Amino acid sequence: MLAGLGLLALLAPAVFAGDTLVATLPWLPAWGLNLSLRLDGLGLLFVLLINGIGFLVVIYAFYYMPDYDPLGRLYLTLLAFAGGMLGVVLAENILLMLLFWEITSLSSFLLIAYKYREKEARIAARMALAVTGGGGLALLAGLILLGQVAGSYELTSILARGDLIRSHSLYPVLLVLILLGAFTKSAQFPFHIWLPNAMAAPTPVSAYLHSATMVKAGVFLLARFYPALAGTDLWFGLVTTTGAITFLMGAYLALLKHDFKGLLAYSTISHLGLITMLLGLSTPLSPVAAVFHIINHAVFKASLFMAAGIIDHECGTRDMRRINGMMKYMPITATLGILAAGAMAGVPFLNGFLSKEMFFAETVAHPALSGSAEFLLPGIATLGGILSAAYSARFVHDVFFNGEPVDLPRTPHEPVRWMRLPVEVLVGLVVAVGLLPNLVVEPLLTVASQAVLQRDLPPFKLAIWHGFNLPLVMSLVALGGGILWYRRRERLFDLHERMPFSWSSPVAFERFYAWATARSRRAMNWLDRQTLRQSILLYLAFTLFLGAWAWGQQSQALAGPLSRTAPSAVGIAGLLVLAVGLAGATALHRQRLTAILFLSVVGLIVSLGFVWLAAPDLALTQLTVEVASIMLLLLALRYLPAEAPVDEPKSRQLRDAAFAGAAGLGVSALCFAMLTRPFETISAYHIANAKALGGGTNVVNVTLVDYRGFDTLGEIAVLAMAALGMQALLSGLVLKPQAGHASTAADRYPIMLRMLMRPLLPLALAVAVYIFLRGHNLPGGGFIAGLVVAIAILLQYVSAGAAFAGARLRLPFVGLLATGLLIATATGAGSWLFSMPFLTSSYTYVTLPIVGKFELATAMLFDFGIFLVVLGTLLIALTELGQLSGREQRAGQQG
Amino acid sequence: MELLLSLAVGLTIACGVWLVLRPRTFSVILGLTLIGYAVNVLILLSGRLGAQMPPISQKGATGLADPLPQALVLTAIVIGFGMTAYLVALSLRALGESGDDRLDNQDRNPADADPEA
Repeated sequence: MLAGLGLLALLAPAVFAGDTLVATLPWLPAWGLNLSLRLDGLGLLFVLLINGIGFLVVIYAFYYMPDYDPLGRLYLTLLAFAGGMLGVVLAENILLMLLFWEITSLSSFLLIAYKYREKEARIAARMALAVTGGGGLALLAGLILLGQVAGSYELTSILARGDLIRSHSLYPVLLVLILLGAFTKSAQFPFHIWLPNAMAAPTPVSAYLHSATMVKAGVFLLARFYPALAGTDLWFGLVTTTGAITFLMGAYLALLKHDFKGLLAYSTISHLGLITMLLGLSTPLSPVAAVFHIINHAVFKASLFMAAGIIDHECGTRDMRRINGMMKYMPITATLGILAAGAMAGVPFLNGFLSKEMFFAETVAHPALSGSAEFLLPGIATLGGILSAAYSARFVHDVFFNGEPVDLPRTPHEPVRWMRLPVEVLVGLVVAVGLLPNLVVEPLLTVASQAVLQRDLPPFKLAIWHGFNLPLVMSLVALGGGILWYRRRERLFDLHERMPFSWSSPVAFERFYAWATARSRRAMNWLDRQTLRQSILLYLAFTLFLGAWAWGQQSQALAGPLSRTAPSAVGIAGLLVLAVGLAGATALHRQRLTAILFLSVVGLIVSLGFVWLAAPDLALTQLTVEVASIMLLLLALRYLPAEAPVDEPKSRQLRDAAFAGAAGLGVSALCFAMLTRPFETISAYHIANAKALGGGTNVVNVTLVDYRGFDTLGEIAVLAMAALGMQALLSGLVLKPQAGHASTAADRYPIMLRMLMRPLLPLALAVAVYIFLRGHNLPGGGFIAGLVVAIAILLQYVSAGAAFAGARLRLPFVGLLATGLLIATATGAGSWLFSMPFLTSSYTYVTLPIVGKFELATAMLFDFGIFLVVLGTLLIALTELGQLSGREQRAGQQG
Repeated sequence: MELLLSLAVGLTIACGVWLVLRPRTFSVILGLTLIGYAVNVLILLSGRLGAQMPPISQKGATGLADPLPQALVLTAIVIGFGMTAYLVALSLRALGESGDDRLDNQDRNPADADPEA
């Protein structure tokens, strides 16, 4: 934070000279989202507040938090929150601003729930998140609309197009949405409910969130978009009314709180209402007053919260009926607290007085209401002033004077020096601004207000004495009335006790929350029956509906213009075999072994189909994968009943058949429509440049390891994950093999098979090397080579048993995965060394006997990575299943 | 031939879907394998029929098959194996945990109660 302040000091002169600094980094330019930041007067002011008060809060928290608290979590979330706030106030792109806005919502949730073992803290945090998060959603919609209307998501252009925005037909909608975001964050009526509850957070957090940051984000938003949105009747009506209601209600309720942190919370709401009201007034000087009050409120409220925290810390309670006469026990803290509370009440020579008087002056100067309503705004202002003075008086009198403390858990005394220091600094500012406003705050106020208005300011004068005028009278009335009001408080408390105030209490919110969760749960249960089949059926029905609907929307014939080829005899024969395989696998799916055999028929036909479709790479891959899959399924069958019973009604089978038929028909239609339509491919480029760019002629392989190498890297990573996942799933699992399986056979490893298979391994390895090396130019490559080697090794397992083969191979399978991924990634990263993009390949020619001349490309190294991963995956998959039986045998021997 | 191929793909899909809707894990694995075949062929067919040569680039070669769908399908086949293997492991684990190879155990998840409060 100090670093941030230092950086700010470097940039500040330019801002004071009137510049707006903008730095842009394109992020998702297609969506209008750029990582662009701006620093203008308003941003500067907020950065000062966030970093300055943040720094003081960090010091304060160190002494405030109990010794057993590790503090790490607090600082982490606090700084994350501060970072989010800085992002909000410095964002140039409004979508970026929203992103940071959400970060503040989330991190404030964590901060409020800091004492997560207490139920109140959890409920309070949930409420804050629900309210501000909901507002964030509204804000998202509002900002997107704003960006669409203004034609840009960059603030500079938006602020320059205020007239366009205000005259647009969507203006009311986007205004209401953006205001929702601002009001929820700034705790404006009726969204204020979350703020008093958020007092469940530790006091340093409250001091930070409710003085300078979180709640100020809302008014910041209003100030930021002031040139673009303000000035209309709608703005005046919504913003001023909300502000006025919040101002009065907060002040009224603050007086009634016995918990002094609660009092401060409601006074925060009230002051935010005041600022909002000022921004709504839209007189020439009202934004200046608003900015001024933002500064003043941040300073005195942070110091008040910290002083309150000290008292709480020393007394062990926050009840003002028990804490009395603190002046005697901690005179210095008491003096600081009295000064800050005086600023809150608007006592002359303190900073709150100046901005409050500006506020009074603006309500008088506002031209909108005339005649009998002329006194409405000044009346509201004065009434609010009276109430503010009253609760400030209560805070000062009850806590610091009013006799002796009642029944405190411990005897209070002055806190350690460093804990009081932040309060001293802030109260020093309160007095300095109050006495010498021109010197201390005027330059900052001027640039910040200019940034709000985006034009030069009308002349204004900061002074304590403006002559004897109406605002001064209002101030005096407010102070005098406040003290009177406070003296009659007993009657008010009685009145309050008798009034049912449930509508403003969190009870209403909780009831709504419970209702909403129950409803969503019911809807969720209705949609998601928690059975896979229901979900699949639902999904299938919806897809079919979409397909049928789209088909109904257009009028083209199913068959396209492409001329058709005549069916060949071989093709028909192949398809007949396919049909038999499918029918067998489907009809006999209960006889599981038979079904697997039929399945392999289908796989074989698909492989042959790949050959027929001029895809030899695919045919090779399919063939080898087929072998591995069948082995896998056969192994699994060891533990499953060989025959499944019929346990479902005929009607369900028929219903599923209808769905399946419809799905098949749909895919057929889709396929036919596709096949009979012409298309354009991007492959011409791939084919033409395979040799020049990728160093190989087998375009499929070049595509895999070069053009789309990044995809392939992702894919082998997925493969490795599947293998590891499988290992995790099967670890420690003990299953009993089903009766009647091979394990009970007399001759487990037939000698013929064993003798035949053993010489196969080196042969297969040689073939694999051959396939691998030629893969770049002719069908082959890492995928296929990996499959071939894996199957050759697995055959050793099958023929000679896991114990025999495993003992001789000693391959670390997981290590294969890791090495493969590492090699592939390192190959890709290697091109960075030559300042080329990730996975750029280069190659040279090498000649080996027998294999002939071939390229040694970096792509080949990548291919080797693929080879290792494929090999590792297959070996893990099959040996894990195989080991299940070994494990179960061992378990049996022990048992 | 186009019609014939389309029917073959559709038939495979239909059988696969029907199998996936069966109540036992084993048939679901079979069904997914079948759907995998069909989808792979469908993607490959997006390169259309009529290619005479595998996509090996040579001087003057014409009628090369479209290499792009082939490359996509090649990885899809291998990933498909990974998925099948994972599903087999998952279903065996489920069998080990519940002693039953049915997909949907009838008892509902009781963890629906409010976690808060």
